[in-house]
Amino acid sequence: MNGKRRRRLLALALAGTLAGALAACGGQGGGGGKDVFVFGTGSEPKTIYGPYASDGETFRVVRQIYEGLVTNEPGTTKIVPALAEKWEADASGKVWTFHLRQGVKFHDGTDFNAQAVCFNFDRWYNYTGASQSPDVTYYWQTVFGGFKKNEDPKLGPSLYQSCEAKDPQTAVITLSKPSASFIPALSLPAFSIASPAALQKYGDQLTISNGSVQYTGKIGENPVGTGPYKFKEWKRGDRLVLERNDEYWGEKAKIKTLVFRAISDNQARLQELQSGGIDGYDLVAAEDIPKLRDQYNLLEREALNVAYIGFNQKKKPLDDIRVRKAIAHAINREALVKSKYPPGAEVAKEFLAPAIEGWTPDVPQYEYNPDKAKQLLAEAGQTNLTLEFWYPSSGGSRPYAPDPSANFQSFKADLEKVGIKVVAKGVPWTPDFLGAVDSGKAQMYLIGWNADFADADNFLGVFFQAEQPRFGFNNPQIFNLLNQAEQETDPAKRVELYQQANKVVMDFLPGVPYAHTKSYLVIRKEFTGLKADPLSNEVFAKVSPA
Amino acid sequence: MLRFVIRRLLLLVPILFGLSVALFAWVRALPGSPAQALLGERATPETIKRIEELYGLNEPLHVQYWKFLVQAAQLDFGSSIQTNRPVTEEMLDRFPATFELAVAALVFAVALGVPLGYFAARRYRTWLDQVSVTGSLIGITIPVFFLAYLLKYVFSVQLGWLPASGRQDTRIFDAEHPTGFYVLDGLITGNMPAFWDALAHLVLPAIALGTIPLAIVTRITRAAVLDVLHEDYVRTAEAKGLARRVVTRRHVLRNALLPVSTVVGLQFGLLMSGAVLTETVFAWNGVGSFVASAIFRRDYPTLQGFILVIALLFALVNLLVDISYGLIDPRVRVK
Repeated sequence: MNGKRRRRLLALALAGTLAGALAACGGQGGGGGKDVFVFGTGSEPKTIYGPYASDGETFRVVRQIYEGLVTNEPGTTKIVPALAEKWEADASGKVWTFHLRQGVKFHDGTDFNAQAVCFNFDRWYNYTGASQSPDVTYYWQTVFGGFKKNEDPKLGPSLYQSCEAKDPQTAVITLSKPSASFIPALSLPAFSIASPAALQKYGDQLTISNGSVQYTGKIGENPVGTGPYKFKEWKRGDRLVLERNDEYWGEKAKIKTLVFRAISDNQARLQELQSGGIDGYDLVAAEDIPKLRDQYNLLEREALNVAYIGFNQKKKPLDDIRVRKAIAHAINREALVKSKYPPGAEVAKEFLAPAIEGWTPDVPQYEYNPDKAKQLLAEAGQTNLTLEFWYPSSGGSRPYAPDPSANFQSFKADLEKVGIKVVAKGVPWTPDFLGAVDSGKAQMYLIGWNADFADADNFLGVFFQAEQPRFGFNNPQIFNLLNQAEQETDPAKRVELYQQANKVVMDFLPGVPYAHTKSYLVIRKEFTGLKADPLSNEVFAKVSPA
Repeated sequence: MLRFVIRRLLLLVPILFGLSVALFAWVRALPGSPAQALLGERATPETIKRIEELYGLNEPLHVQYWKFLVQAAQLDFGSSIQTNRPVTEEMLDRFPATFELAVAALVFAVALGVPLGYFAARRYRTWLDQVSVTGSLIGITIPVFFLAYLLKYVFSVQLGWLPASGRQDTRIFDAEHPTGFYVLDGLITGNMPAFWDALAHLVLPAIALGTIPLAIVTRITRAAVLDVLHEDYVRTAEAKGLARRVVTRRHVLRNALLPVSTVVGLQFGLLMSGAVLTETVFAWNGVGSFVASAIFRRDYPTLQGFILVIALLFALVNLLVDISYGLIDPRVRVK
């Protein structure tokens, strides 16, 4: 054997050993450590502080560490007690008394009580400067409107007026007007109660520099709540680690360590699950559902969204109810949802998602019937109708409309079948499409809505409680019904009002709702207990080894 | 030599200035606004306007640019819209990851490419040569993301030999990272499980990222060795009866490696900046994946800061290559 060959053999052997060693150290977890649960998410939280967040990935983490006064029952949209055991409003509907849970401690050992509740609410109400920026305190502004001192006059008066700690176990919150959506909104992780001591220690200050906001206060990296998990560490870009709170007042978490790992790429999340790097993940791509169904626990979230065709009644002849009804009969919603939507999607009957209280099967229906559509158009004298149909040509993919262009093509063909000429107005989602819709420039358009919180007001109230440029109609009957419903504090009466509103709305037909879409998450069969939550607020404390 | 270096450094100023203008314009030409990306689909035109006023996004472009320039000169690129942390902090966090990956990819490319190219040239027009030529053609043309998914599918999902993504197993909780280079950190802290784990995580992304450079290095080495083999001095050396090993080492490789080193230097710059796809596919927490997500979120400050710094690095690496060229080949210096 000459020198050269010997060296080559040596190199080969070395390479082989190295490969072997690497393979042996591949670290195939395979769900091995049952004390650790690793969950793959789409992106990282911005800051682990609910009041400054509006995105799902932040709320996912906040929900495990913090609690609010109320919550939604895991897996449903029903509002149930959390830090408040019960609550009631006075006759005016403005003064709400919360009876708080006893013996609850924050993770830093301090007591949870009415002072802590008022401390948090007053802090939010008194935010100034950058904290009043709509991207920072989005949900405060959505639910409560303005602040104590509005720095922008457009903010308007605040729904919140004051909070009083009557005794350690009783907090009284006074509103400036009655609001029935107040309680459901409090289930948002944005209204989580943080330890006042931690808030004072770490701070929640913000500054703005060079075109972006920056958290100078460090509460977002040192979260202290009352939840079933405590914060342990956050290595940005790598992982976020939570540890079980053994002093938790309620049912303690089954898994000791909960890890969130952000993997932005769909395919990468799937492969990471298959190779054992993670135990589950969210945002399952529609095309992966069939292949995951057998080997893993695939969890289906109830649809809390709606896709609809909007009509702007300021643009003639859409002010003619016969024309709107003709369009509703002309489009084949069933065929579209079957062919272009992921499994589990259903045809929408009304603007409210079926999981929301107030939904009713008993609304006027518009079955697919091209002949009836033609007849209605003839009655309206619109046999030669041309409509501008707006849709997002790019950047418009949303859970309720994964492929808006495909929806447009399908509807366009349907409309042409009944003799309506369609002028395609495909423009990018932002700023052109949204701008055209919001300013009332678009005649007919494809859009939709994802719920912020599980309440009818978050659908019908947002759409139809007042005159809006995108719909361009003034219907006092609808406006009044929705105003009444919003201020009704008796839950049963409120549901009735929304059911009634749904019927009136679908009779008036300001648009045609056509789809509700479900979303999916997946976990290994070695784990059970996780319940899919319609608002994506899954409670990981329920996860346990199978 | 010193004058050469100084002149090159001064040349960087107009280059970076031009680049920053182009970059600033490009970032703002992306459809959609950061305000919209921040607020999501529920944002009303009024709130978008409020955000834009708040962040100065409504000011004339030249005013925005001037502010950017003044702050960038102080190494303040603002905060990332994605994370709300200063862009410089994000950079410091993420460069080690990308650097580690780039070095590994380069080591893979050079350690394999130089011998492959050399033997291909030595066995000119034999099957080995054909294989190396065809192989490097495939290597250059294969899309990086396709190769990355393929590698993961075979070695992670099917065989289970190597981890599919990330830089370290999430279940290793005791690893410390004083330098940010995970493999090195494992050695420094004496945490061997962490070291092996980090190394295992590095293999597939390094191969995916290193394949194009591997193909290029192989081709360049082969061509350079072929050139040198036909030189008179090699023929003379061989005619003198020198051992082949000596000829190879003293005459062939030394001269052939000159163009190779140039290419390697350029490749390194490309690797630093071209890791976008690889990092995204392997959830590698580096510069590439961060810039990729910054594009989707219209994260102006991040894009401006990162790309400018990457460009600066690229220019500096090129400068180093030129200098090293002069060091390796005395003829360059004389000129």
